[in-house]
Amino acid sequence: MADVTITRTGLPAEAGQVSSLQRLMRRKSTIAFIMTLPLLLVIFTLVAYPAFYSLHLATLNKSMVRFVGLGNFEFLFGRETFWLVVYQSCLFAVTAVIFKAIIGFTVAHFVHNIPSKGQRKWRGMLLVPWVIPPAMSTLAWLWLFDPSYSAFNWLLAHVGVAPVSWTGNTHWARFSVILVNIWVGAPFFMIMYLAALKSVPEQLYEASEIDGANWWQRIWYITLPMMRNIISITALFSLIVTFANFDIVRVLTGGGPLDSTHLFATWAFRVGIESGDIPLGACVSLFMVPILAVAATLILRDIGKRGNEA
Amino acid sequence: MSKRASKLSRRRFIANTALASTALIAAPYVRGANAAGKLSIGFWDHWVPGANDATKQLATEWAAKEKVDIQIDHITSQANKLRLTASAEAQAGAGHDILHFGSWWVNEMADKLEPVDDVMAALIKLNGAVNPTVRYLGQKDGKWMAVPATTGSQIKGPCSRIDLMKQHAGIDVQAMYPAGGPPKADNWTLETFLKAAEACHKGGHPFGIGLGVTADSSDTIGALFHAFGAALVDAKGNITAKSDPVRQSLDYYKQLMAFLPQDVSAWDDATNNKWLVAGKGAMIMNPPSAWAVAKRDAPKVAEQLWTHGFPSGPKGRFAPFTPTFWATWKFSKNKPAAKSLLAYLSQPAAVEKMVAASNGFDLPSFANMTELKTWAEEGPPKGTLYHYPNPHNHQILSVAATPAPHAIAVQIYTHGLMCKLAVRHFQGEAMEKTLDYAVKELEGYMRT
Repeated sequence: MADVTITRTGLPAEAGQVSSLQRLMRRKSTIAFIMTLPLLLVIFTLVAYPAFYSLHLATLNKSMVRFVGLGNFEFLFGRETFWLVVYQSCLFAVTAVIFKAIIGFTVAHFVHNIPSKGQRKWRGMLLVPWVIPPAMSTLAWLWLFDPSYSAFNWLLAHVGVAPVSWTGNTHWARFSVILVNIWVGAPFFMIMYLAALKSVPEQLYEASEIDGANWWQRIWYITLPMMRNIISITALFSLIVTFANFDIVRVLTGGGPLDSTHLFATWAFRVGIESGDIPLGACVSLFMVPILAVAATLILRDIGKRGNEA
Repeated sequence: MSKRASKLSRRRFIANTALASTALIAAPYVRGANAAGKLSIGFWDHWVPGANDATKQLATEWAAKEKVDIQIDHITSQANKLRLTASAEAQAGAGHDILHFGSWWVNEMADKLEPVDDVMAALIKLNGAVNPTVRYLGQKDGKWMAVPATTGSQIKGPCSRIDLMKQHAGIDVQAMYPAGGPPKADNWTLETFLKAAEACHKGGHPFGIGLGVTADSSDTIGALFHAFGAALVDAKGNITAKSDPVRQSLDYYKQLMAFLPQDVSAWDDATNNKWLVAGKGAMIMNPPSAWAVAKRDAPKVAEQLWTHGFPSGPKGRFAPFTPTFWATWKFSKNKPAAKSLLAYLSQPAAVEKMVAASNGFDLPSFANMTELKTWAEEGPPKGTLYHYPNPHNHQILSVAATPAPHAIAVQIYTHGLMCKLAVRHFQGEAMEKTLDYAVKELEGYMRT
């Protein structure tokens, strides 16, 4: 009460400022901002600054002494290898995400139907491919696909099948990198879908059973609509990560044979670091941005629409 | 003394700390054991066990003599760690005073390196001349920007199985390249090589020559291109891919690939080593690393290995030589000390020590340093490495993609363009279509 009186009777301006500062500090939004500040700083240092720096690099000439505007992008459009990389990146990401989603969805259903007592063990085991660092697990795959000592070929030889050039043939090499990506990424879909499945109210299934719905109708009319948002978000997240993949291709094929398995990231490294053309490498890596931005916009808009409908 | 008196109060702590800080700041600079300053060195992390000790010991000896405080890092080249370190230091303008550079990096980062003409002039006087390949890779506009390093420099010549070459191809590689004597390899030509490849393939032990986008693959095909006089780009930067020597080289490779394992386009730099060590192949193109691994893991195979020279072609006998370098950055704060160490590391005794520690793998680039006792004595079989350093100069040591200007050559090399051309042509693509592809790629490499 006394404080109020003093303020109103015209205390020095300084006291008023302190009071407004205190008020500012007491606001929930200010506290939230201060608490997120360390994270914002980390994001700025490790994400925003490198992103803007790569934009800057992409506008320089090869020796990085002259501004060339969009010249590097124009140059890339004329390169046969660049379009091969665009094709391969899209094929790799889209195929891998579709298969990861299908496998994740199927396995999630199997796990969901396991009695809760033994479910934890299965969940843990099925997550193993996802928790091993991909560079390490890909090394194991490399040995399985090894040009000369492939374990798969050894098995095939036992059933009279000719050896397959897993990483030496364009089509098999593409198949191999996609397969490993599916193996690594499917458990992520599985766990996300499992969580979504658990949140679908059991009463809906009970009601549908009373109405005589079969297995497929329960999936189509209950499970899928209830999981739509999580399916979209998982697909978007996985699409971004898969598009930006580096380690699997780098370890397994190095982008070969004949550049047929290069993705944006691996080709950017080959061009930028290994060939000493950092601006062009930055330019290649930036090509992921518009493609992913379009995908993100479409998927998120769909989610937003459904959110509004709800 | 009472308990109270012995207790360190907050006020006394602050007073004592302030006193100590003042004393420290005001203390005079005392010349100590490291009066000549500090020097940080990034050596290549050698794959031969114990070889890092040689560089460490030499640098430490020098530091003790020169009173320099040194810090040594051995940086692996696995997963491009050393390459990334060099790029990061060049970008940041900070890092090691001396760093190990791969064959192609010196020219690429030359504007950030301290010229070392003075060091090289003294070393050439002491150790003999260096070949044009070392000049091509280590000089920029006629100035030495780095000193050729002994560690990591190598010739990737043939390493053959003595028994299998005799059995399948009727070639006695030891007689052709006798230990301790000059080569008797006049008949060791590309035609003989092709016949031997065919014979060994038929005998179930094909030559293991990779054609992936890797250094080993580029180096081998580069030497064979040189043997035909083929160059994709000439020294002036003109595209010369559509030339007869290039066509001859690709046709030759097409014939050769028919006798190689079917998946060589997927081989990396380790596959050929495994191929030889596992006893599957009669020959690979490699420095003696495969032999050293075989000595440890497959001694019976190692006893049958012999490192020797390349077959000769219409334009001569070329062997792929990939020297690596030690260089000091312009931003180094102790350039005199850096140059002093660079000179010290190439003294004959130091070179000999490094060669011995690497079991003969490392190669000095100087003409007078090709007959060290390590290469003559290493075995089994004794003398297996005698011809590795090209002691009789019967091969021209070259690097792939030369004589193209450096900025173009490095891209031909790292993109494995020659290997890609060979694979495309082998897979049935018409010669002219393959060459059209080459021209388009090369036009892309021309950008400045």
